[in-house]
Amino acid sequence: MSKVEMTVNGRSVSGDVEDRTLLVHFLREHLGLTGTHVGCDTSQCGACVVHVDGKAVKSCTMLAAQAARAEVTTIEGLAAGGELHPVQAAFKEHHGLQCGFCTPGMIMAAVDMINRHSGKLDEKTVRAELEGNICRCTGYHNIVKAVLAATEQMGGAAKVAAE
Amino acid sequence: MYETSYHRAESVEEAAKKMGTAEGGKYVAGGQTLIPTMKQRLASPDALIDLRHIPDMKGISINGKDVRIGAATTHAEVASSADLDAVCPGIASLAGHIGDPHVRHMGTIGGSIANNDPAADYPAAMLALGAAIHTNKREIAAGDFFAGMFETALEEDEIITAVSFTAPEKCAYSKFPNPASRYAMAGVFVARTGDDVRVAVTGAGMDGVFRWEEAESALGSNFAASALEGLAVNEGEMLSDIHGSAEYRANLVKVMAMRAIAEAG
Ligand SMILES: Cc1cc2nc3c(=O)[nH]c(=O)nc-3n(C[C@H](O)[C@H](O)[C@H](O)COP(=O)(O)OP(=O)(O)OC[C@H]3O[C@@H](n4cnc5c(N)ncnc54)[C@H](O)[C@@H]3O)c2cc1C
Repeated sequence: MSKVEMTVNGRSVSGDVEDRTLLVHFLREHLGLTGTHVGCDTSQCGACVVHVDGKAVKSCTMLAAQAARAEVTTIEGLAAGGELHPVQAAFKEHHGLQCGFCTPGMIMAAVDMINRHSGKLDEKTVRAELEGNICRCTGYHNIVKAVLAATEQMGGAAKVAAE
Repeated sequence: MYETSYHRAESVEEAAKKMGTAEGGKYVAGGQTLIPTMKQRLASPDALIDLRHIPDMKGISINGKDVRIGAATTHAEVASSADLDAVCPGIASLAGHIGDPHVRHMGTIGGSIANNDPAADYPAAMLALGAAIHTNKREIAAGDFFAGMFETALEEDEIITAVSFTAPEKCAYSKFPNPASRYAMAGVFVARTGDDVRVAVTGAGMDGVFRWEEAESALGSNFAASALEGLAVNEGEMLSDIHGSAEYRANLVKVMAMRAIAEAG
């Protein structure tokens, strides 16, 4: 057992956990943040994607102890002041989901990819970037649409801010 | 996952010392191979010594054509280094095609070569670039480092600290990814400096990564995809599994080699 401390969605948290505890279990079971899902549990599907120090990672493939002292953002931490994050809003608007199970990971992956590409993405890049996120309902069409729409909006917002 | 204990090291010396006091310890870097293996109970180290936060093991330094990459540098960092892409585009592009973005944010070059998966990408680059593998004990030439499937010259407690190489005049990597895992069904790294050409193949060989010497000599005098016409790797030495037969892989090697040559230009 070790005491693990980290910042999750801007809040300092700590917990006494077995060293083998996966980050996803720490988030779900110790912090009650059940928005992050366990899908395949074999590092493939991306339902468990969260951001650690600003980068998208699979939280089923990282120990909570490995994330100690890091800044973690989960799907619960995206919306600010009751307003959906632009990527969340775009998934809703474009119906980028059916059953919704993969959605938290999809959205965290989308936010990361938009950040990394400084708001410039085309369809081919979005599809390639979604390599680590599996959806078994949608056929990805509306997910790609939503990511592109959010990119446009976020890029547009950055442009306005820069003017 | 069986029980284990976690220890974060801040320096190479501290990591080696911690390993010395553990009974059946293992180093963990990105964990993108080790954690899934532990979850499947195929590995059960009683201690994990984390190398990911050791400053001396991180980063890329480039001096003219001399490149040094710290072992704890992630695939994403190698893929997105504009300086590295300028001197050695083949390795930057290789890193950008490992797994998926999330795996690339965690996985490290040191972890990849220490693991020496027969379908991993980096071993082909190390062999074709004639890289030196630096450890906390010595320097090992890539040609002596990879010793067959999942086998390397590393001792139990040895830590890879960095890799270094001189960037070739031209290089490129071409892989045919397994559609599900993205690991290489066949991946070929071609590097050329003058008439010295090296062709290293991953994903296909029964003993892991290997150099295709017949192709190297043909390309030395004629660096063009057509130089490989009439050549073939030995099918008897290729992997055969549910993903592809030895015959299929032998053909893939040649096609990937030709694509890499065309890309290197
Ligand atoms: C979904 C998925 C897809 C992937 N696709 C690909 C792919 O397409 N191509 C590819 O090449 N790989 C792929 N990988 C593997 C990935 O590249 C791993 O990052 C890599 O194999 C291991 O690096 P790591 O830093 O995660 O090492 P870890 O998992 O932390 O460690 C792996 C092994 O190396 C040892 N080790 C780690 N660092 C050192 C060091 N510095 N010195 C000595 N020993 C060390 C550890 O003890 C362990 O035995 C994939 C992985 C996943 C989960």
